Amino acid sequence: MFRRLPEIETALNAAAEAVAFTIDGRPAKARAGDSVAAALLANGVTACRNTPVSGAARGPYCMMGICFDCLVTIDGTGNRQGCQVRVSPGMAVETQNGKREVER
Amino acid sequence: MTQPRRGGEYDVAVIGGGLVGSALAWGLARSGQTVAMLDEGDIAVRPSRGNFALVWVQGKGLGMSDYAGWTKKSSDDWGGFADLLYQQTGLDVAYRRPGGFMPMLSEEDLQARANAMMRLHNQPDMIPYPYEVMDRETLRKELPFIGPEVVGGTYCPLDGHCNSLRLLRTLHKGIGMLGVDYRPNHRVERIEHRDGGFRMAIAGNGAGGEIRAGKVVIAAGHDGARLAPMVGLSAPVRPQRGHVIVTEKTAPFLHHPTVYIRQTDEGGVMIGDSFEEAGFDTTLQPGVSSAIAERAIRFFPLLGKLNVVRSWAALRVLTPDGFPIYEESKTAPGAFVATCHSGVTLAANHALTLAPLIAAGGLGDRFTPFSARRFHVPQAA
Repeated sequence: MFRRLPEIETALNAAAEAVAFTIDGRPAKARAGDSVAAALLANGVTACRNTPVSGAARGPYCMMGICFDCLVTIDGTGNRQGCQVRVSPGMAVETQNGKREVER
Repeated sequence: MTQPRRGGEYDVAVIGGGLVGSALAWGLARSGQTVAMLDEGDIAVRPSRGNFALVWVQGKGLGMSDYAGWTKKSSDDWGGFADLLYQQTGLDVAYRRPGGFMPMLSEEDLQARANAMMRLHNQPDMIPYPYEVMDRETLRKELPFIGPEVVGGTYCPLDGHCNSLRLLRTLHKGIGMLGVDYRPNHRVERIEHRDGGFRMAIAGNGAGGEIRAGKVVIAAGHDGARLAPMVGLSAPVRPQRGHVIVTEKTAPFLHHPTVYIRQTDEGGVMIGDSFEEAGFDTTLQPGVSSAIAERAIRFFPLLGKLNVVRSWAALRVLTPDGFPIYEESKTAPGAFVATCHSGVTLAANHALTLAPLIAAGGLGDRFTPFSARRFHVPQAA
C-alpha cells in the first residue's frame, strides 16, 4: 500500500489543500498539485484498468509519462495518462475495463 | 529435413524473408523440399513494414483479368490457409472475411468507382465476383459512423483482413517447424548459375560464404531489381511511399475493413491513404500524416477523438503496371522471380499454389501473363 512520505505530511497542511474529486463515482480526496495517478495511489486504487487484449490488471508505474500503464477515463475522455494530469476539484476519474469506447 | 542434402546444397534457396518469401518457403517445405531462406538484416528496406493487412479483392485487376482471377483465388483459399497455419503453429492470424467497403466523398468519385468496377467486370476472361454500389443510406446501415460528406461506396463480400504482424510471425514459426533453414543477415551479393544449380555469394561480416541450391526463388522485394538480372530475369520494381497511422485500441466499432481505414482484431485503427513517389526515403512527413488523418476524419468523424500511438512511412513494391511478376528464367532454368504489391492478399496463393509448382519444377502457361516480358515490348518507331 502506498503512503505519503512523513516529511511531506508535516511540511504541508494536507487538510487545508484537500481537493475533492470522484473515483468511479465515489468521493475521494487528494492534495492540490497531485497528479491523478498519485491521487489514485493515495486513495488505495493500485489497479486503475484492465488491458485491452489480455485483460490483465494495470496500475500507475513510471509516474512520468512513459509507461502508459496509468490510463484512466477523466471527465468522460478515455485513455488519459493519469500521471500527466493534475487532479482538480470536482474531477470525475473512472477506472477502465478493457478497451476504450471510441465515443468517450 | 533441417540439414541440406548433398554437401551443403538445398533443393531451393528463397531470397527474401518478408511475407512473400516466407509464404513461399512455407509452401516449398510443405511440398517436401529442403529450403534455405536468405534474409537481410534489420536495416533491409522491408515492404512488409508498410502493409495494411487487407485480404482484398474489389477493384483489383483492371487491365489484367488474370490478376483479378488470381486475387479472387487467394481470397477464396485464405480461410483454409489460416486454418492450416493454426493447426500447425497454434497461432491465430485473425483472418476475417466480413466484406469490405470503399466509401466515397463525392458523387463524381462514386460514379468513377462504379464505372471502374463495371469496366473491370467487362474484361474478357474475367471471373466475375459479387459487388454492390451503395448509396449513402444503404451504406450507413452497414457502417453507421460515416461522416456527412460520405455519399455512398462500393462493397464486396469477398474482402477481408488479418493481423499481418502475426502472419509474418506465424509463417516464420511454421517454416522453422518444417525444417527450413532461416538465415538472417544473409544479404545475397551474387547469384551464379553453374552446373545446373545456383550459388549465392553472401555478404561478409562473419555470415559470409556461399549457399548452394538446385533452384532459387527471388522474393526480395525492392532488391529483386538488382538480383533478377543475375539469372536472366527482370523485376523492374520501384518504391512507392505510404504513410501509416495507428490509433490507440478501442472497443470494436468498425465491423468491416475499408480500403484506407480498418480496425484491427486487437482494437487499434489503422489509417493508410498516401501514395508518394519519394525514392527510398522513409522519413516521416508530418504534412502527409496530418493530411491522411484529416481525410480519415471526413470518412469517420469519431476517429478525431482517438489518440494516435504510432505513425510511420514505408515503401510499397510496385511494378510499372502494379501487377505481380512471376516468372522462371529461360536462360537459367530453376531460377524464379516472385514479386508483388499485395503480399498479404496473395499469401495463400504463394503458399498453396505457387510454391508447389516451383517444387514440382515449373510454372506452366497459366503464369505467362505475369511474365516481366510484358514490360519489354519493343517501342514502336
